[in-house]
Amino acid sequence: MKRDQCLKLIAKYHRDELVVPVYQACFEWLAIKPEAPTFTAVGAMGQASSLALGLALGLPQRRVIVFDGDGSLLMNLGSLVTIANAAPNNLLHFVCENGTYETNGGHPTPGKNKLSFAGLARAAGYRDALEFSELDALEGALPGILRATGPVFIDLKVERGERYPQNFAYMHGAESRAKFKAALRQPPHA
Amino acid sequence: MNEDSHRNGASIEGAAIVEAIKESGVEFVVSVPDLVTSETVLRRVASDSALKLVRVCKEDEGVSICAALSFCDQRALLLMQNTGLLDSMNALRGIAVEYQLPVVMMVGLLLHESAAPPAQSHSYGARIVTPILDAMGIAYEYLHSAGDEQRIAPAIERAYANSTPLVLLIGRSPV
Repeated sequence: MKRDQCLKLIAKYHRDELVVPVYQACFEWLAIKPEAPTFTAVGAMGQASSLALGLALGLPQRRVIVFDGDGSLLMNLGSLVTIANAAPNNLLHFVCENGTYETNGGHPTPGKNKLSFAGLARAAGYRDALEFSELDALEGALPGILRATGPVFIDLKVERGERYPQNFAYMHGAESRAKFKAALRQPPHA
Repeated sequence: MNEDSHRNGASIEGAAIVEAIKESGVEFVVSVPDLVTSETVLRRVASDSALKLVRVCKEDEGVSICAALSFCDQRALLLMQNTGLLDSMNALRGIAVEYQLPVVMMVGLLLHESAAPPAQSHSYGARIVTPILDAMGIAYEYLHSAGDEQRIAPAIERAYANSTPLVLLIGRSPV
């Protein structure tokens, strides 16, 4: 599956969930669904899952989606255990697994084609852990996933899709944080 | 910084620290256990129904959790050891400092066990903490003696008012 195709599918079913995407997924998500309440301030590689957990704990009435990267998650594997232990029922943890450090030159990740992220999440204690490598299967499951009681882990086996603009200044800038904070003040969809 | 105050006084009390944390509006405490504060602060936090304890595997997770909670208008405190602070430098750099977010940390100085300023510690790991915080531009308060807990709530208030990180250093085991 192409990552941007997956994100387009998710955007189709996305309503008012808060979204925490990392790096390439962030650039793609911002282009695909610019109006979504998107937290781009991931700050340090690996921290997206923990930032998403903070949002999920702080706003239990909102649903939170994180689009993690496999390289990013490898830097913060303990967060799987922390999230499972905290058990936020409003958190969906997607990982876009492409087996590479795509932003940093495309070098392979350790454990590429050997490691089961879903297996790790399941063993850590996530309520459910799923894997998808076909768009049709993902689309069929998405409505249920987006309504599921979290924490749920969804491993998307992806490859790079189209190229999207890479605006690092926006990703890390004050404007995106202010925009997200303003979005939090808007009532979620009924 | 008030490193010279109360230098020879009685140790700060864990119960007073927890009360000051609550007084400051903190609702979430995020922690990896710290030997200095384990018995007198963390155990109290864990049993205090007014505080929500989030146990994390690694301290940099806590930097992110506290930062994200600030977007939700929720106050949080990351309770950890100086070893965890040192392990969290990149998250602090990127999330707390560069993004100018109110990440509040309480840090036990392992093996310091003194009212002397941390920079004069016999422990290398404690001695390097305040120079690193100075280099990063992170504000800190040094707490060691009874009465120092009165500086906790105002310092946390300033951190949230100015949206800046803060480290509350605990120099010796509270009683």
